Amino acid sequence: MSAVATKPTHSHYESIEADNFLISSRGFLSWALTLDHKRIGLMYLIGVMSAFFLAGILALVLRTELMTPDQWFLTTQQYNQVFTLHGAIMVFLFIIPSVPAALGNFLVPVMLGAKDVAFPRLNLGSFYLWVGGAIFFLSAMLYTGLDTGWTFYTPYSTQTRGPVVAATMGVFILGFSSIFTGLNFIVTINTMRPPGMTWFKMPLFLWATYATSIIQVLATPVLGITVLLLAAERVFHIGIFDPQYNGDPVVFQHFFWFYSHPAVYIMILPGMGIISELMSVHCHKSIFGYRFIAYSSIAIALFGFLVWGHHMFTSGMADVTTIVFSALTFTVSIPSAIKVFNWLATMYKGTVQLNTPMCYALSFIFLFTIGGLTGLWLGALSTDRHLHDTYFVVAHFHYVMVGGTLVGFLGGVFHWWPKMTGKMFNDFWGLVSCGFVFVGFNLTFLPQFVMGSRGMPRRYARYLPEFQEMHQMSTVGAYLLGLGLFVALGVLMHSLRKGKKAPPNPWGGATLEWQCESPPPYYNFQTPPTVNEPYDYTPLVYRDGERGWDYVQPELPAKPVAH
Amino acid sequence: MTSHAHDSHDASHGHDEHAHMPFQAHHFDDPEQQFDAGKLGIWLFLVTEVLFFSGMFCAYALYRSLHPEVFTFASQYLNETLGATNTGVLLFSSLTMAWGVRCAQLRQRTGLVICLAITLGCAAVFLGVKAIEYTHKWDMGLLPAGEYVSQYLQTSHHEGLSSWLYVLSAVPAMCVVGFGVWYVMSVISGNKQKAEIAGPFLVTALCYFLGVFIGIVFQNAEAAAHAEHETAAHASDSHADQGHSDHSDAAHGVKSEPMLPGKLVNHVEPNSAPGAPTLAAVDQAGGAGVFFSIYYCMTGVHAVHILGGIAVLGWLLIRATKDHFNEEYFGPVDYVGLYWHIVDLIWIFLFPLLYLIK
Repeated sequence: MSAVATKPTHSHYESIEADNFLISSRGFLSWALTLDHKRIGLMYLIGVMSAFFLAGILALVLRTELMTPDQWFLTTQQYNQVFTLHGAIMVFLFIIPSVPAALGNFLVPVMLGAKDVAFPRLNLGSFYLWVGGAIFFLSAMLYTGLDTGWTFYTPYSTQTRGPVVAATMGVFILGFSSIFTGLNFIVTINTMRPPGMTWFKMPLFLWATYATSIIQVLATPVLGITVLLLAAERVFHIGIFDPQYNGDPVVFQHFFWFYSHPAVYIMILPGMGIISELMSVHCHKSIFGYRFIAYSSIAIALFGFLVWGHHMFTSGMADVTTIVFSALTFTVSIPSAIKVFNWLATMYKGTVQLNTPMCYALSFIFLFTIGGLTGLWLGALSTDRHLHDTYFVVAHFHYVMVGGTLVGFLGGVFHWWPKMTGKMFNDFWGLVSCGFVFVGFNLTFLPQFVMGSRGMPRRYARYLPEFQEMHQMSTVGAYLLGLGLFVALGVLMHSLRKGKKAPPNPWGGATLEWQCESPPPYYNFQTPPTVNEPYDYTPLVYRDGERGWDYVQPELPAKPVAH
Repeated sequence: MTSHAHDSHDASHGHDEHAHMPFQAHHFDDPEQQFDAGKLGIWLFLVTEVLFFSGMFCAYALYRSLHPEVFTFASQYLNETLGATNTGVLLFSSLTMAWGVRCAQLRQRTGLVICLAITLGCAAVFLGVKAIEYTHKWDMGLLPAGEYVSQYLQTSHHEGLSSWLYVLSAVPAMCVVGFGVWYVMSVISGNKQKAEIAGPFLVTALCYFLGVFIGIVFQNAEAAAHAEHETAAHASDSHADQGHSDHSDAAHGVKSEPMLPGKLVNHVEPNSAPGAPTLAAVDQAGGAGVFFSIYYCMTGVHAVHILGGIAVLGWLLIRATKDHFNEEYFGPVDYVGLYWHIVDLIWIFLFPLLYLIK
């Protein structure tokens, strides 16, 4: 029967204190060999943040070089290498593992009221595959400088003197890390839901993670074989991609985008899951259109497999093929729009709290919508002819990847930071960071839409003087964005030292992770939590700033929860 | 799936219940949940395996549709007898694997060890045969596109064992010595359990050489049949001309070329489209190499999976000798079994696609 969730009293706190996963065991090995999903999630968080820091610095280097139309301090070859590093690190080491591996690892079992993911050792293994892959990948790219761009397009990648083979093996390893994470989550969500949690009582973050995991499991192996064949092409000249041996370079593009387009949804779907949580919790209002949001995640995951050709409209596909790909591309906008409208409807008549996580969530909606809508220009055949390979494309995918995923990720980090570390951050400075990020981001990338539509090609180290003003705006924006991110980092680091102790439920969330302590004890839950409606806020009562929100079992004869 | 187990037990009761279940992981409520999780996990892994191979199947379909004549020509160089042998070996190993799963479920420890040992042996035979196939082709210059030596221009003829074979067999030979010593030591010291592990491992390593032997026998039989056929062809075709560089007469050129398999005469038609390059021209330009590229990629990745299978089967065998598996806990055997079946199944597709379809 439904055991009423134990109300944490103060003495209760202290007994759990020593049990908290951060300090329940000590020493380097207790972290390095841990099977605890929370610790693995935190290690991933540190890892992806480091990768992001590195690639972010590289972005600033690129933007600085672009202050002047002619050479300032990078040769064209160095420019190629730097943008390759920036893109490859951001994609393979940051965005793809960011939300699923870092936040997902922490949250999936806790949201399920479970003790751990289904395969804890596989989970640790996937973290070390990520670390090993990252080291291999970075050292390979730095050794002689990879200059193919993160896409490894043939025939250039079969001819360049850069370390393509080693870099692709790094990608191969990273791919398996991603596959194992996805596999683990699917199994966890399928087999470890607690009694009473049906599919439609799952938090939407879990739906998004589930959809992401499907893509990771289905698409990433194709990337694996693609990079393996590319490496074989370099070493044995197998003549599949290399025109010199009767191969077809466009085949590589098909193989590559069969993974990398779904991978775009690996990047954005978890961000959407975060926003679904944030919108509901910080508006204290049940999410609007739960089923639509849940199904749209799955729809995006499935449609995502059918649209890869829109990256290749100009590489000589048959006309009919391009038309079909274009039409399919437009279908993806339907589930994306469903999500945006439902988030907005959730805010309607809600008690909107403009705190840091919510402001990041609002930024997400604004920026993602711009990113999504500009995607329609690129999905339409006639306009894509003109915009292909210009800064318009650069701006478009940065609006989705940075404005969407990164901002959503930051919102999620702020939202769950008290849960993960047990510390509250300074909300004012959090809002300042959000403001800098929002303004800086738009200043960086809005001019790029204009430049792109006027014909500024992407990946060029030198450009015509007429673009200089907009490039300079963009560079200034990039610095503002960087500043905002540093402020965000500072806020979080400051909270670790000086932050107030976080109550179990600082925001008033109704999902299960807010029922355990902050930070959670090693086994997450002392007693199995009571499964309730994830977005029903009526039983939540606000105590005060110290104690946050309490979950009060309704007085009415509670619906018996089957055990 | 697991619901009725959930219904009757509170999760927190799980721990005392499985005091007799040494391999129950702490985060699962009950053995059934653990088994279901593992089963779903391995099926998902198999899905990733299928998709991993799918890239190469796509490449096969694409290049076959672009250059059907190349595939018809080049597949003549694959030895169907060896391919069929390996197909039989793998099918048989799938039987012993499935039997092993049954043994684990029935707690038949000896039966499980025997089944796993036979499966391991079959895997090694497969690799031995494959080693013969590979080294023979390497000697003939049947290599990926970039290194491919045109069979129309090929003049040298290799006799005897390939030096590559010695390279490939070095590791299995070391395994024979190592496991042999281990086996003898454990028998002498009377350690029955160690002998039970070392014995099957020794047999596995020896089975590689059995495979090599089978390969050599069939390869020689093929060569003998080919030589006979060729002599007959030469005797009857007294008018066979020598102009294999003559494009209009490429089919006859094939006949007089000693390096080409005899049956090629009957099957390969020169490209009939007017103005199109003849097969001889394509081959001389290295264009036929793409078949071998795909052949090596597909069978090579498959062989790596066989090696992976040997590793996990060996791990199972060690656990089986320690009597880890029973009616309640046989998940790992089941999972490895599924993996082994998919490796078998992929070969079932590779064999006709590469060897049989003309």
